Amino acid sequence: MSIWEYANPVKFIKTTDRLMPYMAVGAVVCLVSGLIWGFFFTPDDYRQGSTVKIIYLHVPAALMAINAWLMMLVASLVWIVRRHHVSALAARAAAPIGAVMTIIALATGAIWGQPMWGTWWVWDPRLTSFLILFLFYLGYMALWEAIENDDTAADLTSILCLVGSVFAVLSRYAVLFWNQGLHQGASLSLDKEEHVHDVYSNPLYVCIAGFILLFIALVFLRTQTEIRARRARALIARERLA
Amino acid sequence: MMPDLGKYADAVLSSYAVSIVLIVALVALSIRRARKVKAYLAEIEERQKNV
Repeated sequence: MSIWEYANPVKFIKTTDRLMPYMAVGAVVCLVSGLIWGFFFTPDDYRQGSTVKIIYLHVPAALMAINAWLMMLVASLVWIVRRHHVSALAARAAAPIGAVMTIIALATGAIWGQPMWGTWWVWDPRLTSFLILFLFYLGYMALWEAIENDDTAADLTSILCLVGSVFAVLSRYAVLFWNQGLHQGASLSLDKEEHVHDVYSNPLYVCIAGFILLFIALVFLRTQTEIRARRARALIARERLA
Repeated sequence: MMPDLGKYADAVLSSYAVSIVLIVALVALSIRRARKVKAYLAEIEERQKNV
């Protein structure tokens, strides 16, 4: 069996229909338990006080914002190389999810930054590259909407996705590249000095799992929708020609 | 039951409120559009079957 079998829209819908309920239930279980655990049962940080509880939303959302774009990059490359429509539609489906994750990361970051840094916003390398990533999400979605021909839209958005990937990578590694700014380095790290304490990281892992499962479930659902919308457009076009 | 969030209560609660509202809205809009498009496609297919 080859992975390219799932490039068949019927096969994709059949398979994802079977998987989606498991992903959705897993997402709800992980998100609810992780957030309750983090919010109610973790202590305040000695420096950041209760604001440390924002980590359970900010970090998973930021992680998904970057990785959603990387998923779109892979799907776009598959479209460019192999011309599978499902992959282009999967990239289109993931964009609004990534954009919402970016808004959550930016909003919670600003709310967290105000009491900790004394400012809602600063032109720090990581924050700035994240804002640019958000603008790329908006541009990507607008480009899909602006072009009538699906294949042309897929071609142009794929190129935009390749360009935007620079900012997706930058928003992850900006702290290391420039070594300046207010934003701290990675919260989860193999380096024990940098890694947050287990009492915070354990519920954080559960929340991250919840965000990943939610992302997968939504990508499945939204890709199915895009496949059906594309078929509807094709049928309408055929109807008009007849 | 509610933990004492101290002077940062507004920041913590507003973070959770914003995030939960956005996630719920994203899920609700995705499900709504999925249902709408599915019904629309079924309607077109039915119409073309009868032609």
